[in-house]
Amino acid sequence: MFFQLAWRNIWRNPKRTLILLTAIVIGVWSMIFLGALMRGISDQMVRNGIANLTGHVQIHLRGYRNDPVVENSILQPGKLEEVLAGALPKEAHWTERVRVYAVASNARHSIGVTLVGIDSAREAQVSFIGSAVTQGDYLQPGKGNGILIGQSLAEKFKTELGKKLVLMALDSKGDNASRAFRISGIFRAELEAIEKQFVFVNLDTARQMLKLKGGISEISILLPEKSATEAVVQSLRKQLPVGDSLEVASWLDLLPFVTAVMELYDGFIFIWFLIIFIAMGFGIVNTILMAVFERVREFGLLKALGMKPVWIVRQVLTESFLLLLVGQVLGCIFGLVSVALLARNGIDLSAFAEGLEYAGMSRMIFPVVLVKDVVMANLVVFILGVLVSLYPAVKAARFTPVEALART
Amino acid sequence: MNIVECRGLKKTYRQGRVDVHALDGVDLDVVRGDFMALAGPSGSGKTTLLNLIGGLDHASAGEVVLDGEKLNLLSQAQLAELRLNRIGFVFQAYNLIPVLTAQENVEFILQLQNLPARERRERAMAILDDVGLEGLYGRRPAELSGGQQQRVAVARAIVSEPAIVLADEPTANLDSHTGQGLLELMLEMNEKKEVTFIFSTHDKMVMDYAKRLVILRDGRIAGERGKTE
Ligand SMILES: Nc1ncnc2c1ncn2[C@@H]1O[C@H](COP(=O)(O)OP(=O)(O)OP(=O)(O)O)[C@@H](O)[C@H]1O
Ligand SMILES: [Mg+2]
Repeated sequence: MFFQLAWRNIWRNPKRTLILLTAIVIGVWSMIFLGALMRGISDQMVRNGIANLTGHVQIHLRGYRNDPVVENSILQPGKLEEVLAGALPKEAHWTERVRVYAVASNARHSIGVTLVGIDSAREAQVSFIGSAVTQGDYLQPGKGNGILIGQSLAEKFKTELGKKLVLMALDSKGDNASRAFRISGIFRAELEAIEKQFVFVNLDTARQMLKLKGGISEISILLPEKSATEAVVQSLRKQLPVGDSLEVASWLDLLPFVTAVMELYDGFIFIWFLIIFIAMGFGIVNTILMAVFERVREFGLLKALGMKPVWIVRQVLTESFLLLLVGQVLGCIFGLVSVALLARNGIDLSAFAEGLEYAGMSRMIFPVVLVKDVVMANLVVFILGVLVSLYPAVKAARFTPVEALART
Repeated sequence: MNIVECRGLKKTYRQGRVDVHALDGVDLDVVRGDFMALAGPSGSGKTTLLNLIGGLDHASAGEVVLDGEKLNLLSQAQLAELRLNRIGFVFQAYNLIPVLTAQENVEFILQLQNLPARERRERAMAILDDVGLEGLYGRRPAELSGGQQQRVAVARAIVSEPAIVLADEPTANLDSHTGQGLLELMLEMNEKKEVTFIFSTHDKMVMDYAKRLVILRDGRIAGERGKTE
């Protein structure tokens, strides 16, 4: 009956209630929606970063990250390979690469690129390139002079499959090395910059060209979903034989920009929550206070009839509880439905692709709903909503029956 | 035993710099089962006296003993408890909770007393029948006439079988015919259920119905008619 009473009281002034409900709905909705969008963007950035050759964990020779030249290569990765085989979780994948700056040229153009020598079979399990080739074929171990280039580079060079491309780079002796390749595949990537930046050749070919023997530039490790990157990093640091000459870094270290952006987004979300809440909080206090002052007589009557002050507080809180409940349920439904609708096709931002690329964002954004975010948003609204209603509720409980009933 | 005993009861309101002595030393005993009216000119202290007897307000001096309880010794919560369980109130107007139906208004008291739903419903309907409102259980106050509303208020006041019902000008907003009906009803409840009634009134007819009439003037008892026992 108290629920019933509260429910009916809410609808005594339907217009006011609807306005307040709308505010709550919009608030919760926007919190969920915006949160999902931000999560989607930052998730995508992380995923792009990781798939774009970073992986979850990388191992380099100390110094390589500051100066990624051939001299800073890991010359004898044999021991390392043994440790990796034992130290990583079962479903983890890892691969070795040679990675150096090079100049690519054909008859008409030349441009700076990053030459990546890959173990084609292993690489395919770690980074995007295994499934990114859209024309021609992925690298095959036997074919020494095959090269994969990005679509954008191909367009820029006005070249195509089967044509020649010459790469020049400094070898391990510091001499100029150059070699002609034949374009055996063209790949597409989430980011145009990737298509322009990277060219892929077989690991052995790259080693030959750079006179590296068995050396590599880096090891990239892809961990199974949800495994604790930091723990793996720690255990690798402990187990690596030549501990101090090698450097183990997680993607959080390797993609400082992405982590910074993620923190920024968290900040955004927090501020947005705050704004929403302040606006909503005032709305709630005002509305409930208005509703309470319109019913001074009634509260006096309730008290005269023997309702204790705490019961009156409870009664008023029940009213705002119901309002919050209805508003939040609707807000959640709208929020989740709109996110689901958008998630089906993603949000196409290719119109702004150029600008977004700087931020490492994809052309397509898929909002991501985290239960944590939804629960957080609702909890915040709910708890604070009830808290701010305490003020009018206590006010209502304070009306003395005599004064209240004296008013006509 | 007396159900109400007032001793040297005073109530002073401060209005700006002036003290208004709404009650200025009232001694009054009311026997159980009485049907008593308080009369007197406007401002003589009738409402104030009823409020003090009902524990709605604190006396400035003196004491009220209601059904054996010294009211000035009770906390707010205890007073609320006392009002809920032993006192029924009928006010001049706006007696009912507007969003509840007649039946729900009556049940409300029983709900506060934590009675089970079935018993609540049965008792509420029975008492509404007693006050002549059968068939109107589901009406909201706005859908009832003034007289019918006051009947619901009386039903609510007596449904939990309180020791006493305090009614402040219950007929003031009713035409004389309707008012008479309400009085008949209260008298019937008084006789049938042995509920004590005290009401304040300006209404000659109410005074005629009362078994005992106490006249207030300037916060004091100025005279009285009827048996005191
Ligand atoms: N809350 C209050 N503050 C100040 N003065 C008050 C208050 N309530 C009552 N009074 C004063 O106390 C006196 C008695 O008032 P009370 O309402 O008891 O009279 P009453 O006999 O019920 O009058 P009426 O017949 O008009 O209802 C009046 O002078 C009134 O102005
Ligand atoms: Mg009065």
